[in-house]
Amino acid sequence: MHHSGDLDMTRRGLLLGTAATAALTAAPFRAPARAATVGETAMPPPATGADAPSLSPVLSKVTFTVNGQRRDLELDTRTTLLDALREHLHLTGTKKGCDHGQCGACTVIVDGQRINSCLSLAVMHEGGDVTTIEGLGLPGKLHPMQAAFVEHDGYQCGYCTPGQICSAVAMLDEIKAGVPSHVTVDLNAAPQATPPQTMADEYRERMSGNICRCGAYSNIVDAISDVARREA
Amino acid sequence: MRPFTYERADSPAAAAAAVQRRPGAKFIAGGTNLLDLMKLEIETPAHLIDVNGLKLDTLEATPDGGLRIGALVRNTALAADPRVRRDYSVLSRALLAGASGQLRNKATTAGNLLQRTRCPYFYDTNQPCNKRQPGSGCAAIGGYSRQLAVVGSSDACIATHPSDMAVAMRALDATVETVRADGTTRTIPIAEFHRLPGDTPHIETALVPGELITAVTLPKPVGGTHVYRKVRDRASYAFALVSVAAVVQRDGSGRVAVGGVAHRPWRVEAAEAEMPRGAKAVTAGLLADAKPTHDNAFKLTLVERTLASVLAEAKG
Ligand SMILES: Cc1cc2nc3c(=O)[nH]c(=O)nc-3n(C[C@H](O)[C@H](O)[C@H](O)COP(=O)(O)OP(=O)(O)OC[C@H]3O[C@@H](n4cnc5c(N)ncnc54)[C@H](O)[C@@H]3O)c2cc1C
Ligand code: SF4
Ligand code: FES
Ligand code: FES
Repeated sequence: MHHSGDLDMTRRGLLLGTAATAALTAAPFRAPARAATVGETAMPPPATGADAPSLSPVLSKVTFTVNGQRRDLELDTRTTLLDALREHLHLTGTKKGCDHGQCGACTVIVDGQRINSCLSLAVMHEGGDVTTIEGLGLPGKLHPMQAAFVEHDGYQCGYCTPGQICSAVAMLDEIKAGVPSHVTVDLNAAPQATPPQTMADEYRERMSGNICRCGAYSNIVDAISDVARREA
Repeated sequence: MRPFTYERADSPAAAAAAVQRRPGAKFIAGGTNLLDLMKLEIETPAHLIDVNGLKLDTLEATPDGGLRIGALVRNTALAADPRVRRDYSVLSRALLAGASGQLRNKATTAGNLLQRTRCPYFYDTNQPCNKRQPGSGCAAIGGYSRQLAVVGSSDACIATHPSDMAVAMRALDATVETVRADGTTRTIPIAEFHRLPGDTPHIETALVPGELITAVTLPKPVGGTHVYRKVRDRASYAFALVSVAAVVQRDGSGRVAVGGVAHRPWRVEAAEAEMPRGAKAVTAGLLADAKPTHDNAFKLTLVERTLASVLAEAKG
């Protein structure tokens, strides 16, 4: 048996241990990859071996639709969809929390499905159709989910909110499409048939990819339930 | 993240040939594991081959009554497929217990099988890790090992394979279909797909460099009651401490694979003969050669109790 010697655990070991238990919640903030600005010339690197990776950035063109508008970009291949939206298209509604798929703050809707934009390369979305929080609705013309979050106080600091709202909108579509969840009792019954009292459990489970540090969860579930009821 | 060049492949053979042509090249599918590791410079591919355009995203019935799952089928689509929900529900359940809605929308069948360990020292580039840097040592042995392996581990590595999906596929006797750079294809039984760490923990699967997964095939349904039970530190969006995938027949016979305990989904066919005698007898066979650490010895009891609960549920 390997013994870890609980008592003489170093501070470093302790921190590591803590980070490990909370691997999904305590994500470090990291600087985004240095993004080459549009127009900067960077030649693709010469053929390199695995141990001699080129350090010069590589630019690549990509075209996709964001909130109904066609966008042509020339980006460092390393640019995530999140950084393309925020740094290049200045759509700063979408937030960067962990940058590692662990918090959901960066959730956007691509081709009808919610994804973590921090774990997706912009160049991989050629021809794609992206909807961000700005595309759902703006002040004066809110999407019903945005209005419900306001009405039910579904946030405190608001940092997780754009991700929560994009996630919630696409999540209700997943239920309509019959996608089951971990808490769905009968896999072969349509999730739409779930009794209303257990529907809140479905929302909680299906929204678990969106962390709210302020703990606005119960109001978020209220907002979602309200929208779902009105849509039904 | 290190700079890299990028291309889209349009056929499986072209993708396998392309990866062979470029040293340091890797395939990218959903990107949810590879990009995470590239940001930390644990993975440093010089070239990425995007396999999303390969049209490997369909499910089809096989001539012998099984199901062929394309390598690019998303975890959400696989979990929601009516055939999977009806005939292989342990697989639906395992998928739905993993990651989050957002991640499952991107994660692919092949990428999920090939996701790398969540050992905290593998992620911490300041620590020695034989898997990340062969020969550097293993910081987990003698370190914080609560989540790590209790069986099949070695003096070089005690990491676990983190996939839920793979545990269900092991219980279902899936086979992995591939194509190599020279265009030849082969099938690999899931039992032989993931390797034990031995003294080469950086070699994780039976794939040769550049080999592309094209599909995973399930044999025809075996019936029975399907259960997947995942025990974790919180109710959702967390990796397993221990998980059990079971298919139990009416006479009490069946199959069991366990996750969270080894470098691959853990199944010992001989131990399944004890199924009608209950969880204790099965666990004794499953974990006979276990070598837990001080931190994770609790997993031995946890496997037995989780299995007991699964068998009780299956009985109804
Ligand atoms: C916060 C978080 C929580 C998670 N929780 C869980 C969980 O609870 N349970 C769980 O099981 N998983 C969990 N995951 C992991 C998730 O399931 C994987 O990241 C996902 O399945 C990887 O699939 P992908 O298509 O995105 O792979 P990619 O990241 O695209 O690729 C992974 C690897 O597979 C290779 N590859 C991809 N396709 C092929 C192919 N066709 N042939 C050969 N090689 C290929 C790539 O080169 C790469 O090395 C979690 C992930 C995150 C970020
Ligand atoms: S257990 Fe394996 S992955 Fe973890 S530090 Fe040791 S060698 Fe690396
Ligand atoms: S920023 Fe946290 S999931 Fe993307
Ligand atoms: S409102 Fe502050 S993190 Fe959710």
